[in-house]
Amino acid sequence: MTTAATLPVETTTAARATAVVTGLGIVAPNGLGTEAFWAATLEGRSGIGPVERFDPASYPARLAGEVSDFDATEHLPSRLLPQTDHMTRMALVAADWALADAQVEPGETDSFGMGVVTASSAGGFAFGQNELKALWSQGSKYVSAYQSFAWFYAVNTGQISIRHGMRGPSGVLVADQAGGLDVLAQARRLIRNGTPLVVSGGVDSSICPWGWAALLTSGRLSTDPDPATAYRPFHPDAAGHVVGEGGALLIVEDAASAAARGARTYGRIAGYGTTFDPRPGSGREPGLRRAIDLALADAGVTAADVDVVFADAAAVPELDATEAAALRDLFGVRGVPVTAPKTMTGRLNSGAGPLDVATALLSLRDQVIPPTVHVEADPGHGLDLVTGRPRETSLRTVLVLARGYGGFNSALVVTRAD
Amino acid sequence: MHSTPRPSTQPGTVKRRVVITGIGVLAPGGIGAKNFWSLLSEGRTATRGITFFDPSPFRSRVAAEIDFDPADHGLRPQEIRRMDRAAQFAVVAAREALADSGLDMAEGDPYRTGVCLGSAVGATMGLDQEYRVVSDDGRLELVDHEYAVPHLYNHLVPSSFAVEVAWATGAEGPATVVSTGCTSGLDAVGHATELIREGSADVMIAGATDAPISPITMACFDAIKATTPRHDDPAHASRPFDGTRNGFVLGEGSAVFVLEELESARRRGAHIYAEIAGFGSRCNAFHMTGLRPDGLEMAEAIRIALDEARLAPEAIDYVNAHGSGTKQNDRHETAAFKLSLGEHARRTPVSSIKSMVGHSLGAIGSIEIAACALAMEYGVVPPTANLHTPDPECDLDYVPLTARERRLDSVLSVGSGFGGFQSAIVLSRPERSPR
Repeated sequence: MTTAATLPVETTTAARATAVVTGLGIVAPNGLGTEAFWAATLEGRSGIGPVERFDPASYPARLAGEVSDFDATEHLPSRLLPQTDHMTRMALVAADWALADAQVEPGETDSFGMGVVTASSAGGFAFGQNELKALWSQGSKYVSAYQSFAWFYAVNTGQISIRHGMRGPSGVLVADQAGGLDVLAQARRLIRNGTPLVVSGGVDSSICPWGWAALLTSGRLSTDPDPATAYRPFHPDAAGHVVGEGGALLIVEDAASAAARGARTYGRIAGYGTTFDPRPGSGREPGLRRAIDLALADAGVTAADVDVVFADAAAVPELDATEAAALRDLFGVRGVPVTAPKTMTGRLNSGAGPLDVATALLSLRDQVIPPTVHVEADPGHGLDLVTGRPRETSLRTVLVLARGYGGFNSALVVTRAD
Repeated sequence: MHSTPRPSTQPGTVKRRVVITGIGVLAPGGIGAKNFWSLLSEGRTATRGITFFDPSPFRSRVAAEIDFDPADHGLRPQEIRRMDRAAQFAVVAAREALADSGLDMAEGDPYRTGVCLGSAVGATMGLDQEYRVVSDDGRLELVDHEYAVPHLYNHLVPSSFAVEVAWATGAEGPATVVSTGCTSGLDAVGHATELIREGSADVMIAGATDAPISPITMACFDAIKATTPRHDDPAHASRPFDGTRNGFVLGEGSAVFVLEELESARRRGAHIYAEIAGFGSRCNAFHMTGLRPDGLEMAEAIRIALDEARLAPEAIDYVNAHGSGTKQNDRHETAAFKLSLGEHARRTPVSSIKSMVGHSLGAIGSIEIAACALAMEYGVVPPTANLHTPDPECDLDYVPLTARERRLDSVLSVGSGFGGFQSAIVLSRPERSPR
């Protein structure tokens, strides 16, 4: 059997193009736009509250991290509204913001040199609920002409590519919450294969009654009605998570072409690893630690180089224990600062990884670790959880983790670009 | 035509090559690769009037359905309950592929084995059925979650398909679902190939699955008149490249492959069907469902795939077309072939197996790769069934009605999907490809 951290055999890291992030577009429950989100995150302001999109009284879980101050009509042409789900509208706006932040003018850039790779979990599920309702309560003739693409998983990539005339290699990955990191690695892969710019990340939402019915069956939703205690990863009383919506889109560029146009860079996508857990009952080791080892090896760093870990933070006791054990084994007891700003947004599924990576890049920019809220570190887990207030410290290398329902484990390393 | 500079190989590196060593197929009229190939090589069609539900309210009432009982294929009651039909297809196809490859997973390295499945519409059938129940046929806006099946989350997020295949095969390497509409089945194989080439895995269980034949799918394609209303003659309803074509016939199915690094496949003496020699994908950035008639982006995808395979257009012995049978697709594609292959487009046979097995959305790209690999294996070009009336705008050699014997060393398969995705893949005999 090969060792866990098998290095790619084809090339060395040095021989490959470097992928850097030059733009961020953030749509989060606790802040619309990068600076609003970052200010809220450093202040520990949570966007979690009672569900407002529908009446949650009949459901056991009643809290969500909703993006409540988003008005699509302020940002998008009216012709796009009838053909888009809420999550696609947020994604289109996040892409606009990310491109503006990177100071990229797609119309002046080679169209085949720009790609789009987004993560999805459930597609435009609220749009789908409306059309299913039309079908079964009124009849097939009442189903929207847009249903054929407005709900499906590829919609955000398709719509973003059309809006900005991006004709390069593109894609969509679905790996539950882990997919949000997988797409950033795919963006890096496309850049290494010669595409100079890729819009990548995920913006997600399944907050509608039909989505809720499905989310509940994961058995991982917190039924605690108090926003201050509902989602407490690594806490002794952790009892599930709160669902959120939103996410982030990032402009990932070839470092050389970014430098050539004088772009500012937030950081480098330096390493990535992904694994799948063994089938239940096999008695074999879970795959998270292996994903971390692969990502560190790929980045050419060791555990000692990692300055902070953005945790997956499932808030399901056995999943928390697995994550804490992996971090403890690798870094030692309280060996590295760990944080989970998603305690302020809820879990955004395919939007979570990209939002964590965007947050990590802001941490690198400002040399500060945002806090985990509503949690005090559980001594039993042996984690140095950053709680209460932000921690100012020297940051160069950040490890971001995401796990997906069923056994997906992904780890991404971002580093300062200099 | 524009081309982005892309080095084929990095200096000082060894290029890992990827081959197909196992095939599993579930297609309408052909469960199992052998039966599937019989259908294609005999030019039989599997399209028929819809039997899954009462199709009378719909504009299009034809589909290519599979007569499939999961219990006949070794799925246990709990597996059947928790999996959507599309996931069941994928698991059955993956088991067939693994058995066909002769790979013993008990001896293999699970860490170096991954899963990559394409699907355009995930668990559509399961979601449609479950929605009816929890909403009481749309009466309840606030659906009653207590009526939901316990595994509804697996329908919500179709990465559950990759979970099931990983569990069925014991893979613990990279696992994902690729969902790029109707190019998913090509893109999933392209993605898996890249993972082996870069060294992230040595074996990938890769392919695609979709089971979309459900009222919500029929309704949404009715609304844009994408599917054919030819109910009077369902067996001949799918008519790619024919002058009388008027829409595609919805299908279902799955094809899954065992992809391996060439040298390790050779070391264990595996039967090699074909090498995945090149892959390219581009977006038209034009319209979510519309195609520009010039086929420029598909042509660019083909050019990239050929370039990666280091083959000239003249080396292509057969083109497996997307050939959906809509007016705009078949025209678009014919233009793309002429643009990318030049004069050779008129000399090489082009056919669409969708004339026989319908269009299974995200699955069809992998099913068509299976058709290509089997065509190379048997030296037979599958025909385009139901092609009787020439269309002046589609003026290539579409192999009407009857299969043709021909040695095939390199073949091209293409796909085009909602969202603007255009993909192309080149399969070759490994001994023919330049080192």
